[in-house]
Amino acid sequence: MSAPPRPAGTASASGPAAPSRYPSAEAASPAEAAAGATEAILHDALHSASRGVVVDSPPGAGKSTLVVRAARELAATGRPLIVIAQTNAQVDDLVGRLADADPELPVGRLHSSEPRPYDPALDEYAAVVTSAKIADLRELPVVVSTAAKWSWVKTETPWPHAIVDEAYQMRSDALLAVAGLFEKALFVGDPGQLDPFSQVGAEQWAGLTYDPSASAVTTLLSHNPGLPQHRLPVSWRLPSSAAPLVSAAFYPYTPFRSGTGPGDRSLTFGAPSDGTPVDRVVDEAAASGWGLLELPSRTTPRTDPEAVDAVAQVVRSLLTRRGATTDERSDASAPLTADRVAVGTAHRDQAAAVRAALAALAADEDTADAGLTAVAVDTANRLQGREFDVTVVLHPLSGRPDATAFHLETGRLCVLASRHRHACIVVCRAGVPELLDEHPSTEPVQLGVTVKFPDGWEANHAVLSHLAAHAVPWER
Amino acid sequence: MSLMSALARMEAAAAGRARPRATVRHRHLAEHPLVLVPLTTAGEAGAPLGALAGTDRAAPELLVVPQPRDRDQRWAFLARLAGVLLPHLESALDDVEFEERKETDPETGKKVTVQAELCVDAPQLLVPNGPGVEFVRLLGRSMRFRRTAEDDPDAAYPAPPRVPLLGRWLTQYGERARVPGSCLLTSMTELLSRHWATGQSALEDQHLGALLAWIDPPEGLTGAEAALRAETGRDAGGQLLCPPAGPATDPAFDNKLLAPAVARFDAGVHGAEEEVRTLIESQLRPTWEAVWRGVDLLRGLPEGERVAERFKRDRWSYTGHRDRVRSGEPPQPRLDDAVTAAAKLAAREQAQARLEAQEALDDPLVMAERRLAGEAFEGEVVEVEMAWSEGKRPMPRPLVTLRTTDRPHLSEGGKVHRAMDEGARQSAEFVDGHGPGTLTLRLTNGMGRSKEPAPGTVPEKGDRLCWTLFEHSPRGGPGLPDVEDTPWTHGGPPSESPAAASVPAQTPGLPDPGGTVGSERPVEERTPAPLPLPDPVTSEDLL
Repeated sequence: MSAPPRPAGTASASGPAAPSRYPSAEAASPAEAAAGATEAILHDALHSASRGVVVDSPPGAGKSTLVVRAARELAATGRPLIVIAQTNAQVDDLVGRLADADPELPVGRLHSSEPRPYDPALDEYAAVVTSAKIADLRELPVVVSTAAKWSWVKTETPWPHAIVDEAYQMRSDALLAVAGLFEKALFVGDPGQLDPFSQVGAEQWAGLTYDPSASAVTTLLSHNPGLPQHRLPVSWRLPSSAAPLVSAAFYPYTPFRSGTGPGDRSLTFGAPSDGTPVDRVVDEAAASGWGLLELPSRTTPRTDPEAVDAVAQVVRSLLTRRGATTDERSDASAPLTADRVAVGTAHRDQAAAVRAALAALAADEDTADAGLTAVAVDTANRLQGREFDVTVVLHPLSGRPDATAFHLETGRLCVLASRHRHACIVVCRAGVPELLDEHPSTEPVQLGVTVKFPDGWEANHAVLSHLAAHAVPWER
Repeated sequence: MSLMSALARMEAAAAGRARPRATVRHRHLAEHPLVLVPLTTAGEAGAPLGALAGTDRAAPELLVVPQPRDRDQRWAFLARLAGVLLPHLESALDDVEFEERKETDPETGKKVTVQAELCVDAPQLLVPNGPGVEFVRLLGRSMRFRRTAEDDPDAAYPAPPRVPLLGRWLTQYGERARVPGSCLLTSMTELLSRHWATGQSALEDQHLGALLAWIDPPEGLTGAEAALRAETGRDAGGQLLCPPAGPATDPAFDNKLLAPAVARFDAGVHGAEEEVRTLIESQLRPTWEAVWRGVDLLRGLPEGERVAERFKRDRWSYTGHRDRVRSGEPPQPRLDDAVTAAAKLAAREQAQARLEAQEALDDPLVMAERRLAGEAFEGEVVEVEMAWSEGKRPMPRPLVTLRTTDRPHLSEGGKVHRAMDEGARQSAEFVDGHGPGTLTLRLTNGMGRSKEPAPGTVPEKGDRLCWTLFEHSPRGGPGLPDVEDTPWTHGGPPSESPAAASVPAQTPGLPDPGGTVGSERPVEERTPAPLPLPDPVTSEDLL
């Protein structure tokens, strides 16, 4: 239940700072638009009188870069800063980026007392101090940890500043536990991704401004509606084939564009297609950025063996046909290796089934070197924030007899459809549009809760109708 | 729905009879529960029509409102309901034991151990179905803010004595019922569908008559036939053979029988009140019997090992409410503040995780469901290799290899847990899978404090072990701020009036742009409420 994307225009006009400093995204080149937005954000973060600044970032728009830059600039003012992220992987990643960007800056990594609490790679950095106790880190200019760990910290004197990363994935009650630690904060996140959720019912608080199961940003903005809000206007990750669809389907009121043009990236294969549907869908995706491998309509268990097999075969095709990518970052082409490919599913058992299928294919002598088992196979929740060259997606509604709120969730499809730099291949049973038509959204309307738009039903239809032009039927 | 419960439903449909989903009873069932079967009036928010209540199956108390739209009669009904329920709810107040409990000393701020009273039992309230639980909550909400003549001698319409108190108890029970696995107030449909899978949908299981028809069909009928009869069978007069389990009534009953009888009562016809009573009892009786049949069925299952431990938390809840009433605290507020809401959600999530873990540990059938889902595995120990941790004081870290046909979703370093004798637990981490069906774990605790593991703590070759990927007793989160320290992100500390607490408060900017911000917390200023609540006071509050 995060806040819906706000209508275009209010995002830049609502802050107390002069609106003229926000350049229109349409007027400038992508680089200029992004730079202008970043300057405005940093200006508000450093100089605004408001206690909070909110930044919406679409997929791959340079959120981490922004966080690192804001952290360095805030630290440079001499005011100590804390960074609150949601997972240990995000914290380790941020600390690594901070240390890479400024090897002199002392950075504290507050961690848990479990075994292997942080990425051992952090020990390589001279300026990174790791500790399970805040007392050891209290004097450092920047301290980074998870919201869960921060919530155990007690302090008499709050830090002057904080950066809250992935704030749309943080629950309101998690913010409640840590908000006493800082005076002012920069909240950064992607409103289109998966909302935080609760394992137990929280309907009794629906409509309250501080509903503990809502996202942190929803609560923050309903109590502080005047906070300056910004958004990053350019996705550097999504190719020009994907940004318009993802923007239109998931961010209709806050459009963004791709940082690259149609000819800036390419995906090619050294080995020709053998004419099978699997190779054809891979070629279609290489050429157009999207591919849909459509299995015959059928109701199946979650771990649909045929669909799982199709996913594994697509991955094998990607990795055994000597794929190569070129992009705007360098002139030379890079081989498409297993670490640049990911498989996304809705459920953990589906991910496990795909992993098992890949392991079985890897046991085959012909494909033993392709590194099939090194491909990241995970659920949408765990792929959030990650980036690959090519993704293979098992559609959340494939083979289902019904469309539940879980499977319709906008954020789930958005995460799965926005992890790639080159191409995305969706594997799905036919008949999903009909399934959607039979299951319109029936969630109860709660008083006082802002309706989230677009709903998953709408977004699913938008994506499927786009994919229909790139469909290849599956035949055995 | 898990694959196994889907299978159980299909088997039930094929066999024409419900299939067990559990081998033990996972909920506490009191020796003398109070069964409450309420009915409400169609088209009138929260107007009780009647109720059967009591702890004696053979002699329930029948309460009836002959004209449900007459508010004097409604309050007379609630006063009588208090007369029936309160003696039960207050029956366990003074039988206490003492428990050690850590509390923070308000003067020194240190944790000290205190002896706290804990009620030995907590009275149980059973209702037929989920809407019955909602109705109890509604009754609580409608009564707890009322003032009696003793509270306020000038009140124009004082509530009967003890009615506000009943409202507070019902609110407490209704709120506790939201905690997963709690048993102070629970519905028979929920209890039965936890333990049996029928051949119909979960939605249809909410019909108590149909649910019982699948679990215990009458002679000569299949579950499906009996359920259909329970749902739709009507007598020659067009009345349902199995009246709905409430609180809503059947429209055919309302129109054909109840409305004319109430009209005769309004007209002052002699004997009309008795007629209404008989009619309402005819609707309540079958449900009353059905709830007790459910109790019989549940008593046929032995209680799960960890049920008593969970019920102890219900007893703490009961004791806590007793203490709040005795210390003269006001009734529960209409809305939770931000801190209370977050604390309740955290407690319920912890209760949910605990319930799921304990049900699996208590019941091999539930554990099988978790094993099939890749969240647990059972296997035979084929090899144990002693090893020790590195460091100054080497600790035992033996490697245990198991053979299993389960397929757990484990990745390297993943933690697993097992229950040992006498409530002890042991954890291990997943080291490696050696091909299909074999996996190696490194035990990480539960072996005592010395270099050599304590006897019996390291499994031996040939032992069959069950490991889970989920923790057995999930830890709670850290403390939340005090209510008066609610941060600016959540609207600041609530004001006295509960309604104002949820109105967005505008925080003024800091007077110090760009310069150094001191450690003083800026003073929060509230602008007058710009927006009213969408639903500040509903009809239910006034009833």
